Amino acid sequence: MNSSLNTATPTAEGCYHCGLPIPQGSQFTTVIEGKTRQMCCPGCQAVAQTIVESGLDNFYKHRATTSGAPEVKSQTLSDAQMAELALYDQDAVQRDFVANTGDNLKEATLVIEGITCAACIWLLEHHIGQQPGVTKASVNLTNHRARITWDPSEQVLSEILAEIYRIGYQAHPYHPDKEEQLLEQENKRAIRRLGVAGLGMMQVMMIAVALYGGAIQGIENKHVTFMRWASMVIATPVILYAARPFFIAALRDIRTRHLSMDVPVSIAIGGAYLASVWATVTDSGEVYFDSVTMFTFFLLIGRFLEMKARHRTGRAGNSMLNLLPASAIRIKDGEETLIPAGEVAIGDHILIKPGHTIPADGRIIAGNSSVDESALTGEYLPIRKELDETVIGGTINVENPITIEVTHVGAESQLSAIVRLLERAQEDKPQVAQIADRVASYFVAAVLLTAVTVCTAWWFIAPEDAFWITLSVLVVTCPCALSLATPTALTAATGTLRQNGVLITRGHVLESFSRATHVVFDKTGTLTEGNLTLQQTVSLNDAQSESHLKMAAALEKHSEHPIARAFHDVHTNLHVDNLQAELGQGLEGVIDGQRYRIGKPGYAFAVCAAECEQPALPAQSGQWLLLCNEAEPLAWFRLNDQIRPEAKQAIGALQRLGLHCEMLTGDSSSAVQEVAAELKIDTIISGVSPGEKLAHIQSLQQQGAQVVMVGDGINDIPVLAGAQTSIAMGSATDLAKTNADGVLISADLMRLVDAIRLSRKTRSVIRQNLGWSASYNLLALPLAALGFIAPYMAALGMSLSSLVVVGNALRLSKLGKTNRVK
Amino acid sequence: MDIIFLLIPIAIIFVGCAIWAFFYSVNSGQFEDLESPAHSILFEDDDHLIPQDTQKTSTDSSSENKAE
Repeated sequence: MNSSLNTATPTAEGCYHCGLPIPQGSQFTTVIEGKTRQMCCPGCQAVAQTIVESGLDNFYKHRATTSGAPEVKSQTLSDAQMAELALYDQDAVQRDFVANTGDNLKEATLVIEGITCAACIWLLEHHIGQQPGVTKASVNLTNHRARITWDPSEQVLSEILAEIYRIGYQAHPYHPDKEEQLLEQENKRAIRRLGVAGLGMMQVMMIAVALYGGAIQGIENKHVTFMRWASMVIATPVILYAARPFFIAALRDIRTRHLSMDVPVSIAIGGAYLASVWATVTDSGEVYFDSVTMFTFFLLIGRFLEMKARHRTGRAGNSMLNLLPASAIRIKDGEETLIPAGEVAIGDHILIKPGHTIPADGRIIAGNSSVDESALTGEYLPIRKELDETVIGGTINVENPITIEVTHVGAESQLSAIVRLLERAQEDKPQVAQIADRVASYFVAAVLLTAVTVCTAWWFIAPEDAFWITLSVLVVTCPCALSLATPTALTAATGTLRQNGVLITRGHVLESFSRATHVVFDKTGTLTEGNLTLQQTVSLNDAQSESHLKMAAALEKHSEHPIARAFHDVHTNLHVDNLQAELGQGLEGVIDGQRYRIGKPGYAFAVCAAECEQPALPAQSGQWLLLCNEAEPLAWFRLNDQIRPEAKQAIGALQRLGLHCEMLTGDSSSAVQEVAAELKIDTIISGVSPGEKLAHIQSLQQQGAQVVMVGDGINDIPVLAGAQTSIAMGSATDLAKTNADGVLISADLMRLVDAIRLSRKTRSVIRQNLGWSASYNLLALPLAALGFIAPYMAALGMSLSSLVVVGNALRLSKLGKTNRVK
Repeated sequence: MDIIFLLIPIAIIFVGCAIWAFFYSVNSGQFEDLESPAHSILFEDDDHLIPQDTQKTSTDSSSENKAE
């Protein structure tokens, strides 16, 4: 397989690897499956080359979409990166995430970034598995964790990590914190309970069919007794093991004098079970082992799916700490040593080179630079930092090397503080669940009161029937259908949405979606792509704008500033000498003996000869950069943040659904009006601070509006937290994602339209379910109280009404597929 | 119908075995990833297992093991 730089034929398609548009004049290709494929950048080319060379070109066959390819970041490793990876070879560093498995093998647990689909898993497993010394590699698609077993005498870990980087992914050691280990245990326990309940239910049902059949056809008494005993044996572990969480929760609720749905559920399960045991032992009455086990199983499924959604948010919180780098350069007595970031202590002097992540909170004691705080603020332009100013751990130093004195590490650092805040937010119970619980407390009180009344009444009429009639009342009023009505519908809809790229992390989202009246969007990163792209080149002399563009690209080539990155797609062979960067102003360099400057108009123009006239800023909005040489100003470049391609369609669809669309942005430039006009947004509020954004949302809500806020940056977090429903874009910072009630995984705004449509459908299904189960209970209660319903009929009715509710809810998962927006 | 006195206890023993196997698989982490196995069955990377195939074959044994 070979790659070349000149056999490209122009094509309308995007990059074969990542799907991004191929910039004009790009000549990067790789031969994949016998065909020459166009690539957008040298990064994609390198990754594709590595994949093909390892014989893994099947990756391109397996993956679902082009956009499924990992984002290309660090395919080529610099020496500095290798030095950093080499830190992972130290035993002290490995202690946390590497285990000795015997046979002189080691097993490392890693978290891999950039996994998007199952083909990524295939590629990673095969590529890592092919490395010398690696005996086993398995990657988990759900939680993106990799387990790698290798022979340390044949291969060092840093080489394996480097191989992962080379195919376009990033690997971090996985440090399970205590909380996450607890989550894992909870998860395993829940699955075991579900399994016991499911298997038990099937067996008991099988015997129950025989018993019901026997009741109709006639059956010998000894067989009935035996089958009852058999059901009891199977049902007992289901009640004692699988249904335990309900009993524990009910006990806790009773102790805190707060009646929740767990109380009637426990009374129903416990009561019916004990009555059945009594019936079995004394060989009288009826048994309900089938209803009890089925009820337990259905409820456990609901709880399990709810728990899964909760854990998914928890994981986002854990990945937050991945922002911190693995190593740091400590300066002690003028000597630089590379140390693991975990060893950084308060008072240490740390050198941070441009492009490196700041390992801890600190104060700048030497140098000045600009810092990319986008991970924390979502703001894509770096922020200027002078001597003595504070920097935050986890942010990225962009321009110059700086030395900081560490002020906070670990749990005291600002990053940890935010993570802690998040954890507190996660503990909040969804509002709708609380309402359901409040209803439950009345319901429980009513049921218990009725049962006591019925029992006393029958005690006077016919004492021998009192127990069984009271039991039928309890079974009939068992809130199975009622308690399943909402969770089953929500679970089905949540699952459908997840398959369609909308991840819902809080229970109330579907309900508040369906009632939404206003959708408020942030501008940068939500309605727009959130990064600068080159929109236009205006030449000021006769030369081709193409050649000016190449000069600009050559100057910007080595800078990682967001503005410079807009030029990185442009291919250039020009060589620049004496490249100098002026902080916050621009760049200067020498091409072919001529001095060039690019950047802010004032700065760039200063290089021109005195007799030149400074050109007027073009009228069009956007960020204008000026390119000048010593003789004259050469060209204007307009950079702008591009509107998402589907934004217009999505806003139109939302408006047709009767929603009022607003744009709320901190930006006050004329670009705001342009975006608004293009998208036909109803209301625009620009130039507001995060506090004002929050105030605006709150005043809307006070006027009775139901607000859905869509945002991405950490600066949006107060607003996201303040809105009834908050949705973060998939490309948003982890913190924003964790704080939001839902995430648009694919960052496709059309999915929001899907979600709102499905939520309305869900609302009507929930209403049908509640209506059905309430009318069933109301109808059956007087009949049972009057003694017309035998307990087994009550149990059958209860099971059937639950099945109707579950079946109705399942319609949501089928409808979702036909409604899918391409 | 007295055979049920034998068959039902056998069924209960089977259920016991099934629960034991289920617990074992949960504890050994087989339920941690419920998504990727569904996809991996569709990956056609078993070319080298098909006889008289002139296509390229993967020589690495560890990837063969996983393909199965």
